[in-house]
Amino acid sequence: MSNQRKTVIPIGPYHPLQEEPEYFELYVEGEKVVDIDIHIGYNHRAIEQIGQRMSWDQLIFLVERICGICSTSHPIANCNAQEDLAGVEIPERAKYIRSIVGELERIHSHLLWLGLAGHFLGYNTLWMWVWKYREPILELFEHITGNRNHYAMMRPGGVRRDIKEEDIPYLTKVLDEAEKKIEMVTKAALDDPVLAVRLKGVGVLTKEDAIKYCAVGPTARASGVAIDVRRDDPYAAYDLVEWNVITQEEGDVFAKTVVRLLECLESIKIIRQCLEKLKKVKGDIFVKIKKMPPGEGKGHHEAPRGETFHYVRSDGSNNPIRVKVRAPTYVNLPTCKVTVPGESIADAAIILASIDPCYCCTERMMRVIDKRTGKIELDGNDLVRFSQEKTRKLRKELGL
Amino acid sequence: MAKEKSVDVISRVKESLKDKIVSWEEKSPRRYYFTIKKADIVPVAKYLFEKLGARFITASGVDTPKGIEILYHFSFDKEGGKVVSVRLLTPKQKCEVESITPFIPGAGFIEREIQELLGVKFLNHPDPRPLLTSEDWPRDKFPLRTDYRDTDFTNEKEENK
Repeated sequence: MSNQRKTVIPIGPYHPLQEEPEYFELYVEGEKVVDIDIHIGYNHRAIEQIGQRMSWDQLIFLVERICGICSTSHPIANCNAQEDLAGVEIPERAKYIRSIVGELERIHSHLLWLGLAGHFLGYNTLWMWVWKYREPILELFEHITGNRNHYAMMRPGGVRRDIKEEDIPYLTKVLDEAEKKIEMVTKAALDDPVLAVRLKGVGVLTKEDAIKYCAVGPTARASGVAIDVRRDDPYAAYDLVEWNVITQEEGDVFAKTVVRLLECLESIKIIRQCLEKLKKVKGDIFVKIKKMPPGEGKGHHEAPRGETFHYVRSDGSNNPIRVKVRAPTYVNLPTCKVTVPGESIADAAIILASIDPCYCCTERMMRVIDKRTGKIELDGNDLVRFSQEKTRKLRKELGL
Repeated sequence: MAKEKSVDVISRVKESLKDKIVSWEEKSPRRYYFTIKKADIVPVAKYLFEKLGARFITASGVDTPKGIEILYHFSFDKEGGKVVSVRLLTPKQKCEVESITPFIPGAGFIEREIQELLGVKFLNHPDPRPLLTSEDWPRDKFPLRTDYRDTDFTNEKEENK
């Protein structure tokens, strides 16, 4: 490649203000980014290898630790894989509880992303408001599962804890309030002239590229690729309730924001129907899997960021001989190779953030010692500052 | 309606690739596995991805006594969410497979990962740099192979000091 003559701006890999270690090299000419190189591997914990030394039950706890935000999506995907391997159908009540936990997580994860996006753009009010509305959801989690995060609700064959009848009114109350707030934020964000200028037409991922790069989740759906594992390959209770797959055609950062916000409202719809069903459907919340037969199992779950895929393989013993985890960011991240070039440096931060990257999910396999001691001229903090300055300038121009 | 369509896709795969499929396995509803010869991966992946519009999920490698086994997982989202896995085996003496990244860019990361962790060389990969390991990682040690030992590595490192 003829990148030698271009200026290189390294972002990362470590900075106190970056949430996770990541390292991008932006090749720029003047203000314009012409190429990008992505380096990952700073966050390895050998999860796949450790998984081979665990029993099937322990494996669920291990994969729950892959990510701190979408901490129930890996267990759901892994349970799906183990149940496929064992040929087990879970009880109906467990299906509803799985869907409720999965969707609550989607709401809090999308709100977290929106807050961060607001911060990157210099909208710190949006950030603080949205995170304030996210808080009741986390408190709700603590109430029904015992933890704000890492709920440990899933087990192969069902769920570990029941949702009590007397908790349902509290759940409904929190959902009603969250719905009002999310609707308010949606309107405020979508009608904002500055946000529209900053996000529309920025970092466009075309439908062809989304398919070629095998993008998943909101990243694909914002580009008009209507894929959603919940609808396409139903598991848990997703084929027992009514809901819609949200898609947008534009593929820019704005479309990704719209998809995420509207998905939160769909999630609330799903949870409400599940709660109604929970009142009627009684019975066991799990079936016991006595012995894991030799063979293979595949399972996936639509995590907030896209499809999480798990593959497990058994030789009939107490522990798996292979666990493969494919997190959504693993396929969404390479799309930055087509969305970032051509944009200005000030827009790079929000485009890189628009896929809602999750590095602790992407990298799982082994320990890595970093010995890179390159001088960093510009870091993630500077990029956020650039991005915020651009919004400030725009605001002045628009007379706001 | 969706169900009828899905039957179609699977029988189309079986019909068009019948001279390439060595064995076929239907594990459970919507989960399929079939084995092909190593040399056939490019036409098979091309057919599934370009002709049938399957989505490439990921690939996974396993170290087995017979050699390194690679599974390419494809999903037919619009035809009932069927997950089809293409299985191939490569001997450890000549551990090479033709890369599918030239026509599926989304496979770039996973092929790089398998290359450094299981030691399978992907021929004609456009960007075969290591993905996850650090620059000073010995390139003849493959952590996901069964003969890999953590201790070998630490001892060697200490001796070097």
